[in-house]
Amino acid sequence: MSETLTRDQIIKPENLVYRRTPLMVDRPLSYCPGCGHGTVHRLIMEIIEELDAQARTVGVAPVGCSVLAYEFLDIDMQQAAHGRAPALATAISRMNPDKYVFTYQGDGDLAAIGTAETIHACNRAENFVIVFINNGIYGMTGGQMAPTTLPGMKASTCPYGRDTAIMGNPLKITELVAQLPGTYFVTRQSVHTPANVRKTKKALRKAFDYSFAKKGLCFVEVVSNCNSGWKMTPVQANQWMVDNMFPFYPLGDIKVPQDAGEKE
Amino acid sequence: MKELRLMKGNEAVAEAAIRAGADAYFGYPITPQSEVLEYLMAEKPYERTGMVVLQAESEVAAINMCYGGASCGKKVMTSSSSPGISLKMEGISYMAGAELPCLIVNVVRGGPGLGTIQPSQGDYFQATKGGGHGDYRMIVFTPASVQEMCDFVPLGFDLAFKYRNPVMILSDGVIGQMMEKVELFEQQPRMTHEETIKAAPWATTGRTKDRERNIITSLDLDPSKQEKHVMKLNDKYNEIEANEVRYEALQCEDADYVITAFGSSARICQKAIDIARAEGIKVGLVRPITVWPFPKAVFKELSKKVKGILVVEMNLGQMIEDVKLAVDCKIPVEHYGRTGGILPSPDEVVENLKKKIIGG
Repeated sequence: MSETLTRDQIIKPENLVYRRTPLMVDRPLSYCPGCGHGTVHRLIMEIIEELDAQARTVGVAPVGCSVLAYEFLDIDMQQAAHGRAPALATAISRMNPDKYVFTYQGDGDLAAIGTAETIHACNRAENFVIVFINNGIYGMTGGQMAPTTLPGMKASTCPYGRDTAIMGNPLKITELVAQLPGTYFVTRQSVHTPANVRKTKKALRKAFDYSFAKKGLCFVEVVSNCNSGWKMTPVQANQWMVDNMFPFYPLGDIKVPQDAGEKE
Repeated sequence: MKELRLMKGNEAVAEAAIRAGADAYFGYPITPQSEVLEYLMAEKPYERTGMVVLQAESEVAAINMCYGGASCGKKVMTSSSSPGISLKMEGISYMAGAELPCLIVNVVRGGPGLGTIQPSQGDYFQATKGGGHGDYRMIVFTPASVQEMCDFVPLGFDLAFKYRNPVMILSDGVIGQMMEKVELFEQQPRMTHEETIKAAPWATTGRTKDRERNIITSLDLDPSKQEKHVMKLNDKYNEIEANEVRYEALQCEDADYVITAFGSSARICQKAIDIARAEGIKVGLVRPITVWPFPKAVFKELSKKVKGILVVEMNLGQMIEDVKLAVDCKIPVEHYGRTGGILPSPDEVVENLKKKIIGG
């Protein structure tokens, strides 16, 4: 009878090049296969681990697909009413200046129902990070039109495509908040390729560092897919995102600190 | 040494918040309660005690700032007046669901809609029967003096933390705006980080190695878990009903009739009772101090010995429903109310007592 090798015997420390951060709770994610949420969750937790800040971080989950983010992130978290995460984070960061504070919000939460809270928190230069996942659709409620749904794009509440004459235009809220004096670092990234994942992680790390240093609000948009809502395979959805979302929501830094780093 | 000051009700509630060791106040201007935020901004409590004071972009943002602070185990307060309290109802429901302590002051004005900036007691139903969505309750104090505006602040914070539940001070434009002598209590220190962790082990104070992560949420998608949660809340509400009823009974021992009123209406009815007694009418006054939990037992007892109850409110009949439920049709219960920002006069109250209860 052959001896069963243990995990440690197979994965020798000297050979380990990658591991799941222990700050991700060891349970299956509730997200659809191909969704970007899991990747962004992992990046945030990797950064918290690198900062050794598990005990010094408070996160705020929104209403939407990531409403259950607190099930997967092994840090103290609050679940906010729809759109109100920046109001919660304002109070948390003002009363706990020794903490890393972030909100994690989708497009409906941040750019529709929570527009006022988003803009005013940005304008007050609150010291927390907003992570904004933009997939142009309401995922959890079943694929309705979002404030960021592209012109002509189909959703369950615009089944013939978004007619901007009737339904209004998509809101480029990231460009909008970049105009406000209270934002310090505003960037738009994606997580559809390993190279983009690495860029997003760099951007998130900067955002956490800047906000902890009381530089003001840091805003990281991640343009993501929603293959279920878009009714595509994960591969098709990523390609559609490249072909349609990126031209409208171009990737890259939108506002970089005047006193640090160059544009990437 | 006693510290006496002449203050508006709105100023007293603000000073009491600083002295009670509040960690933060979040508000938005609205008449007739803007003095709360104005007083706090002028007092610079961030220099006195380290308390955070912030003018939010809306009542919605202010109550959600309270949610964020309360989730960290902090003593937080907000105040507003009727239309603003309607906006806060979403947040209050979330805080009840997530079991968060918070003190909310409503300096009631007339409604519905934009209504009037004059005093009213038209928000009784909203405060005591829900207001926000879902099966929840909120402890509601009704101050009848500037002194009580002050005293209910530390008491409200204590009960909010004891039961992990929102507490409301249901005032009105009269109590908020009038000036009276107030005896201020001594400054209490704000809780330290260690004291917060001890007082609120459930709070998001940072996930340390010695405990699991703390999650503040009102969501449970599993029906059996959600029902269990709501039943747990209900057990808590039953405990509050058993322990926290407060009321004042004046001259009820020999009374043939009883007038009941809360807040500023009760002040007016004190005078009405003096007038009626001078005319030889044996009438007493019951003043509910908490309107939830409602002092049911005192009305049940009185229904065995008095001939009728007149409910006086600055609305068209809200608390009367709770009085009727308590009395259970044993004796007549009638209502007299003024609205639109008009106060009932003591003479009108006596006249209506005679017409609706004694002569009825």
